Order: sequence, then structure tokens, then C-alpha cells
Amino acid sequence: MAIAEQHTSSEAVQTSSDKSWHGIVLQTLKRNEISLIPYVPDRVLTPLIKNLHADPFFTTFATAREEEAVGIVSGAWMGGRRAAVLMQTSGFATLANVLASLAVPYQIPLIMFVSERGTLGEFNYGQSLVCRTMRPVLDSLALEHHTITRLDELEFIADRSIKQAITTQAPVALILNPLLTGGKTFDK
Amino acid sequence: MNTDARNTKVMNRFDVTSRLIAKLKREEAVIGGIGNTNFDLWAAGHRPQNFYMLGSMGLAFPIALGVALAQPDRHVFALEGDGSLLMQLGALSTIAALKPENLIMIVMDNGIYQITGAQPTPAANVADIVAIATGSGLANSAWAADEEDFERLVEEAMAASGPSLIAVRIDDKPGVGATRRDPVQIRERFMHGLGVREAL
Repeated sequence: MAIAEQHTSSEAVQTSSDKSWHGIVLQTLKRNEISLIPYVPDRVLTPLIKNLHADPFFTTFATAREEEAVGIVSGAWMGGRRAAVLMQTSGFATLANVLASLAVPYQIPLIMFVSERGTLGEFNYGQSLVCRTMRPVLDSLALEHHTITRLDELEFIADRSIKQAITTQAPVALILNPLLTGGKTFDK
Repeated sequence: MNTDARNTKVMNRFDVTSRLIAKLKREEAVIGGIGNTNFDLWAAGHRPQNFYMLGSMGLAFPIALGVALAQPDRHVFALEGDGSLLMQLGALSTIAALKPENLIMIVMDNGIYQITGAQPTPAANVADIVAIATGSGLANSAWAADEEDFERLVEEAMAASGPSLIAVRIDDKPGVGATRRDPVQIRERFMHGLGVREAL
């Protein structure tokens, strides 16, 4: 896996190999040979998405809905390719059916990165409400999930969680809290 | 390209599925969408390269896309009902943008939710699946005029340099069989069939 790192030398990787949260996420994905990244965009995820697109190691593309991305990741896993989904809290809220009818019963190691909106400075009431549905849904299916708030814990949590998802063939949600990412704030 | 649904023969899902399976000689993957679509895939004779969906209505094409991106040298077929496809029309544009040349989508269109009591879909009599697919960027989309035309379109799709969609007008008959509802076994057998896993 260190070999994969040596073989990549694009500028994008260099700029993302610093110790920013998105640089750590990108390198952790690469180290774990996760190369397929369907996503529904989110403002906070923008630097990560940009650097993933710029790195030829990854196949990065937008989907129209989050559950579509979960279907793609499930198919890729069964075909022998590792993948992860990027989304926002409100996107996670659309996933209860596919989690309960595909990822969990078929034992798919679905790796989800969720940019957390709706807390710590949310300015849209609807976003704060939809955020409150996320952890109860995860808990109702007994899904592994971690809320990452600290930069110094990010690599450990992400790396260990990805490995655990794969070895136990179970989904995991890594919730990127505004304490880690800065979140989205009300500008004007 | 046949884009006119009105001149197409009304065929039968199990018959069309059986015709497809009979043409597969190279361990092609087949994803069967929820309900009757995968029941008829099961009834057409189990293959290790078949994957049967027991939920997640509308995700047959995205799952097939994932398999196609993981194994670009293998042809991947996805069988989906019209009602299921209506739930996830955005997936057509995702596939059109990625252009996986090994992905072949087949839509079984009877205009009804047969399994829930044959209620008409909102698209019945107003929307055209092939026109939707073409408009979503899937240029290689066509209605099958009859069974022979379907088989010809399958051959054509397997030789195509981009993704293909074949729409089939079917009758209102239920599925012939019933898939054994064991998701872990379905997934494990499929991964074995794709050469990803050793047999236990």
C-alpha cells in the first residue's frame, strides 16, 4: 500500500498530503486501496472532492442521489473494487431503505463520509432538524458510526474504521463534524 | 434505433429473460431488480454470476454500474422494471456520463406495479422509457420490436463501444419463480461467480 503512495506524484496529491482534514482523508482512502468515490457534493467537502478529482488513483464522480451512490459502491465491492461515498447530512437522511435492504442484509462494507450540517452554527432550521434524524437511524440498525471532531484523531478513526468495515463486512459512517472541518457558516 | 413504443410487440418477461440467459456464454454478470424481474431471472436458471435484489427498488442499474466499473472486462447486464427505473431516473445520466462500455440495461415495461396489485405507474401511457434514456444521454437506447429484435439488440449491445439500454414491452404476468431470500448467500455466490471470492 505504500507502493500506491510512491506511484502518485501529481500536484493535487502533494497539496492534499498536508495535515488538513481533507488531505488526511484522501491519503487514508488511498492507503486502504479505496479508489472509487461516488458523491453528492457539499460545500464543506469541496476541497476533498477537488483533490480526489485531480488524483488519477481515484475514479471520482457525482451521482444524482445518495442511494444511487450506495448501489454503485455495493456493486463495486462485489466486483472486487473498494469504494466510499461522500455526502451531506441531508443526503444520509435519504438512505434508510437502502441501508436496511441492501448494505446491512447483504453484508456490504459500505464506507460513508458524512459532512455534518445542522449543528454548531446551523442557520437553516430544516438542516438542524434533518441532522437529528441521522444518529437515530444509524443506531436503529446498530451501525458503526463515529463523529470526528479532532484533527489528531481523524487518521486513526478513519483508517481503523475502514479496515473494520472491510474485515467485518459491515457499513460504517464517519461523520465529519464542524469542529473538524469548520462547517458551513452564515455569510450574508 | 427504434424509439417508437407503439410498434413493439407485447412480450413476456420470463421468455425474454430466458432468451437473454441463453445468449450468455462468457460468465456475464446479471443484476436482477426487485420483485418479478429477479424472480424470472431466478426461474430462468440460477447462474453464479446472477445477483438478486430483495429490496432497494430502483438500484439495479447503479449496482450493475458498480460491478461494471470494478470489472471492465466483463459484460454486466441489469434487468429492471419500469416502476423501479422511475424511482432512480438520475442513474441514467450518471451512466451516460461515465460511459461504461460493458454495461447493458434492460427495462421490462408493463406500465404497472404488477406485484402490488397491477396499479398503473405514473408513466403509463404518458412517458416513453427509451425517449427518457436518450434524453438522459444514453444514445444507444432502443425498444425491442419483438423477441428476435431483442436478441439482435443484445448482440449489438455486447459489441457496442458504450452503454446500451434495451426496453421491452411486456405483459402483466407475475414472475414464474421466487428467489430464495437469503441475502448473504446471494452476495457470496455472486462474488464467487465473479472470481472475487473462493468457494467456502
